[in-house]
Amino acid sequence: MILRLAIASLFARALTVGMTILAIALSVALFLGVEKIRTGAKSSFSDTISGTDLIVGARSGSVQLLLYSVFRIGNATNNLTWKSYQDIAARSDVDWIVPISLGDSHRQFRVMGTTQAFFEHYKYRQGRSLAVSDGALLDDLFDTVIGADVAATLGYSVGDPIIVAHGLASFSEHKDQPFRVSGILEKTGTPVDRTVIVSLKAIEAIHVDWQSGAKTPGKSTPAQVIREMQLTPKAITAAFVGVKSPLQTFALQRAINEYGQEPLLAILPGVALQELWGIVGIAETALLAVSAMVVVTALIGMMATIFSSLNERRREMAIFRAMGARPFTILSMLVLEAMMTAALGALLGLALLYIGLVIAQPILDSAFGLWLPIGAPTLREVWVILGVICAGAIVSLVPAVRAYRMSVADGMMVKT
Amino acid sequence: MTDTTLEITDVAYRWPGRAGFSLVIPRLSVAQGESVLLLGESGSGKTTLLSLICGTILPDRGRVCISGTDITTVSGGARDKIRAEQIGVIFQQFNLLPFGSVMDNILLPLRFAPTRRKRVSDAQAEASQLCYALGLPAGVTDAKTTALSVGQQQRVAVARALIGQPPLIIADEPTSALDANSQTAFLDVLFAQIATHNTSLLMVSHDPRLGARFDRIIRMEDIAQIKRAVA
Repeated sequence: MILRLAIASLFARALTVGMTILAIALSVALFLGVEKIRTGAKSSFSDTISGTDLIVGARSGSVQLLLYSVFRIGNATNNLTWKSYQDIAARSDVDWIVPISLGDSHRQFRVMGTTQAFFEHYKYRQGRSLAVSDGALLDDLFDTVIGADVAATLGYSVGDPIIVAHGLASFSEHKDQPFRVSGILEKTGTPVDRTVIVSLKAIEAIHVDWQSGAKTPGKSTPAQVIREMQLTPKAITAAFVGVKSPLQTFALQRAINEYGQEPLLAILPGVALQELWGIVGIAETALLAVSAMVVVTALIGMMATIFSSLNERRREMAIFRAMGARPFTILSMLVLEAMMTAALGALLGLALLYIGLVIAQPILDSAFGLWLPIGAPTLREVWVILGVICAGAIVSLVPAVRAYRMSVADGMMVKT
Repeated sequence: MTDTTLEITDVAYRWPGRAGFSLVIPRLSVAQGESVLLLGESGSGKTTLLSLICGTILPDRGRVCISGTDITTVSGGARDKIRAEQIGVIFQQFNLLPFGSVMDNILLPLRFAPTRRKRVSDAQAEASQLCYALGLPAGVTDAKTTALSVGQQQRVAVARALIGQPPLIIADEPTSALDANSQTAFLDVLFAQIATHNTSLLMVSHDPRLGARFDRIIRMEDIAQIKRAVA
């Protein structure tokens, strides 16, 4: 009965209570939304590469190696010689190895030289493989497969010519050897979308007439001659490695790190991703803290509303007291009311979150490659909602204690 | 069981923050089934006396016995319980919770008084019965209290005070918000009900014209003194 009266009392003040609920709902939706994006971004982040056991490159930092080999951010300080690559590839515990060669660009996109093996072994989002949405994979020496973002941004379709520039943000172009778009990859939400993929041999081919980073003047080897050449690279940027048994990963990692001929670095992508996320995570924590403050603000708003309602409810409290209600009952009723308000707010916030997700999911996926799954509320979200309800109860204690004091002082006699 | 529903003996209450003024009541008693009109001007300490009887304030000394229990010696929670069980309260006006139905309001004291609740087998039927006896229109129990006239609200307050048959009804100027006709009608049904249930009634008023219906009329100045306590 008390519960029913408390609900009736809330209904009687529908407008102010509704506003309070709305404020709490929006803040909770914001908080849970930030949380969703945060976890979504984190899993998108760690979904960038999967199925690869080790990444091998010249010795530098593990985050740096991860950044340039997987995320195409920054540059390799040094290369990995073809001999070292072959030594690693020849090891018995290596199941597969994919060489990659970076350094050239096309417009704002990086060009990556690799082999057919890249399309077989590069996996993202829990083991999904790359697939072409249009055209075919690399066939000819001057074929190129472009990522979905490259195609979309530059408006390329299969068959279009591409001229690769030497270096990044460079004006010297490999005009002599134009490429042809042979295929466009499906959107992956990974840096592959922003990559122009050519064969490793092609990287060598376009550099035939180049020495020390500059084109040899007057020299121009015809494409026909280049096709006849033995286009073995002298060095590559990095290599993705898969081991035969996961148990061998650490042994292989150590062997590579202790490789005598050249200083190399082998990293576990998962570990490096964690390390990188630790750096990025500060911003994420700040965002979460800000949205948590918004929730706190909404709850304080509720406290203010309860406070301002106390005077007009003195009469009501006196009636309860006259009927034999203890001051504690008055306090409990106010806390109960606040908890119901907070609960309604939190649930409405959850509903808003789901509505927002349904609307934003395809937009975020196509624009940022950020896939936010829609599922039942996670345990964490349930805790957030329970936390908001508890916080509502705690915050309401302040006006409730005041109501307690007032009802003790007033008793059942209020001069109105 | 005692035949005295209310007995106040040698009570003194010092108002907080009023420079040592205190209300002293040597003796006041209301017998079972007796109706008593307490006349007093405003400022004579009537409200304080009612608060003392209801146990929402405690005297500095003396005994306040409700149906034989001295409420000054028990805990605050127990006093609230005694009030719920033993006393039906009717205010001057604004008796009812505006957001509840008439039924909610009538049944409210039973929520805090298990013994009173046990006394009524079917609380809703009892509430409807009381409404009928008090001359309220049929089906009023489902109405919102804000839809009622002041006179009707006061009758609902009587029904609420009577439900579960508490031995004592305390009424604080229940007729002052009513016009003359409504006052008469109100008192008619009130007295009919307390006679039926053999309930004691202590009504406070400043209007001596009401006196004829009561068993006894006492004046505030005869039973109580306001003293400036000697420090």
